[in-house]
Amino acid sequence: MNSVLKISDLHVSVGETPILNGVNMEIRQGEVHALMGPNGSGKSTLAYALAGHPNYTVTEGRIEIDGVNVTEMEADERARLGMFLAFQYPVVIPGVKVADFLRHAVSNVRNPERKEGEGLIGMREFRKEIRERMTALDMDHEFARRYLNDGFSGGEKKRMEILQLAMLQPRFAILDETDSGLDSDAVRVVSEGLAKLAGPQMGVLIITHHERLLEFNPPQFTHVMLGGRIVEIGDAALAHDLHANGYATVRARHPDAEAENAKVEAAAV
Amino acid sequence: MSTDAPVKPDVKKSDVEFGSYKYGFHDSMDNYAFKSRKGLDPQIVRQISEMKGEPEWMTNFRLDSLAIFESRPMPNWGGDMSDLDFQDIFYYMKAANEQETSWDDVPEDIRRTYDRLGIPEAEKKYLSGVKAQYDSEVVYGSLQEDLSKQGVIFTDTDSALRDYPDLFREYFATIIPPGDNKFAALNSAVWSGGSFIYIPKGVKIEFPLQAYFRINSQNMGQFERTLIIVDEGASVHYVEGCTAPTYSSNSLHSAVVEIVVKRGARCRYTTIQNWSSNVYNLVTKRAMAYGDSLMEWIDGNLGSKLTMKYPAIWLMEPGARGETLSIAFAGPGQHQDAGAKMVHCAPNTSSRIISKSISRGGGRSSYRGLVKIHKDAKNCRSNVVCDALILDPASRSDTYPYIEVEEQDVAIEHEASVSKIGEEQLFYLMSRGLTEAEASAMIVTGFIEPLVKELPMEYAVEMNRLIELQMEGSVG
Repeated sequence: MNSVLKISDLHVSVGETPILNGVNMEIRQGEVHALMGPNGSGKSTLAYALAGHPNYTVTEGRIEIDGVNVTEMEADERARLGMFLAFQYPVVIPGVKVADFLRHAVSNVRNPERKEGEGLIGMREFRKEIRERMTALDMDHEFARRYLNDGFSGGEKKRMEILQLAMLQPRFAILDETDSGLDSDAVRVVSEGLAKLAGPQMGVLIITHHERLLEFNPPQFTHVMLGGRIVEIGDAALAHDLHANGYATVRARHPDAEAENAKVEAAAV
Repeated sequence: MSTDAPVKPDVKKSDVEFGSYKYGFHDSMDNYAFKSRKGLDPQIVRQISEMKGEPEWMTNFRLDSLAIFESRPMPNWGGDMSDLDFQDIFYYMKAANEQETSWDDVPEDIRRTYDRLGIPEAEKKYLSGVKAQYDSEVVYGSLQEDLSKQGVIFTDTDSALRDYPDLFREYFATIIPPGDNKFAALNSAVWSGGSFIYIPKGVKIEFPLQAYFRINSQNMGQFERTLIIVDEGASVHYVEGCTAPTYSSNSLHSAVVEIVVKRGARCRYTTIQNWSSNVYNLVTKRAMAYGDSLMEWIDGNLGSKLTMKYPAIWLMEPGARGETLSIAFAGPGQHQDAGAKMVHCAPNTSSRIISKSISRGGGRSSYRGLVKIHKDAKNCRSNVVCDALILDPASRSDTYPYIEVEEQDVAIEHEASVSKIGEEQLFYLMSRGLTEAEASAMIVTGFIEPLVKELPMEYAVEMNRLIELQMEGSVG
């Protein structure tokens, strides 16, 4: 059976400020969805809320994986149910080696029943796997010994996110502008990497301003967000159109959402 | 959890848990060879000296030191010592009559304690020699035979006074005289045990020498006195560990450690201090480093109620180098006031201080450090880096850096940072499936990683394990 990530009437606030005003979306394993929208429309907020960031408060609505309500779950519990967020700005963790971190993460995610302090996945099999994955992503094996994201270039950080995606094999992967700030080679590596990883076992939500990621990973569905709501849904052609022509016509078609969006944009300045 | 009631001998002690502190158990004191009465006065000091059969000069040295101790006020800086009552302490407790050279000969309950602390096992695997001090006296000592053949001396300080009187008197109290500070005076009055080490010219010892200090009795004062002389071109790594039972009343540990590192020699002194949280740990440590030598203090402070300790290095001749790497972890009810002192007395000397502190659960850590450059000590370099990590709003961290420079031609750098454990870091790790506790522990372990990797593997493992224990119960 294909797993389903179901988002129903999701309202999310950051502090006192409402950002999402009723988002609905359904993502099945094996599907690729694109999420587009102008700045301030709530794309990253949706990504953080799905992953379970404590500062993003769900005020209404729910998030379910196969009917299990995850809305109140901690980020780690969601990860163990198969949720993954590739961060737009990966966080630096000084002194923590990539391999040590990933071995721990993989142990928890593959064995959701694992208790703190119980044994980790075998070192030999883990090392073999991470090396193969790094080779596939054109990464130097030395990365495994570096401190997590510490001193990494923008491109290295994004590759590290994709490596984590590859190792954790989530059922639902959200990619928050994974292609931003990269040169074209890095965008190609990341796009190809994702294309190889995504398959019938993975539902993907791609948040992007760019074409490239979507060229390699053509979406079956394109969602357009404005003012904290999904205002239009289409297929890959909609994504191409928005990329070519911008959001002016979308804004014009949805004046109420546009007014909401303008408020958030103004507050952000 | 306190354990005032004596643990019955028939209780399987390994089943007794003391929160996250695993060494809070204690043995019966019924069979001790000697116990002094509580309190401190000239009579007690004379009694200690007499028990040890010391020469008259040492008895007088002790009595003079007591007078200095009594004449000095309590320090009005550092930590709160208001409930430390010097008259409520036992100054001398001798558990066993003899120091043994085989663990089989050590009284059984004492031996069992060291087994639980893992000392005999470590000795077999990776140590060149061991001293085990239990309350006031060293109960076990060993040194690899080939090292003693090369002239290496590794003995307890009492035996050194007896067996090497000239060498002893040449250096004893020359680095830290009794008048240095109130607690150095106290130690000088009532000192007992500690390590005496002499490494002859050119002898390089590959594996560490280890001393293990264990307090067993309640209201105990432990005052070991360590003297290390590393002769020209020689090298040694000395490691000390410390634990104590958890009692509801105070114990006092006040050591003096004096080190001489001669021309071209190297000395590394590693401490993993893990006293129980009823121990006042007030220690004076100082090394004098001569031409082209290297002195390193690696100082891990995890336990105690209050620690005040600032290992010092006096750089006496050109080319001398000093390094202090210090890690402090202050948990609930703990104050770690730790740091380092570097005194540049000669040109072309260099020093480096790296200090990392972690505070959690209302704990308080302070970095207190001094870099002093004397006049005409030209072309000196000093680099100080202090990083503090605060895990929750109830905890606290302070930095007190003192820099005294009497010379223009020097390079001094000081960097200090304080970080709170980042919400974004926690979220990032948790979004990969780590629990909050695992994520916090990982961030803390990463924070001290640059220091832990300086430790020999076995101690690095131990340090990480202790940090994990300190982190237990830190979440939710």
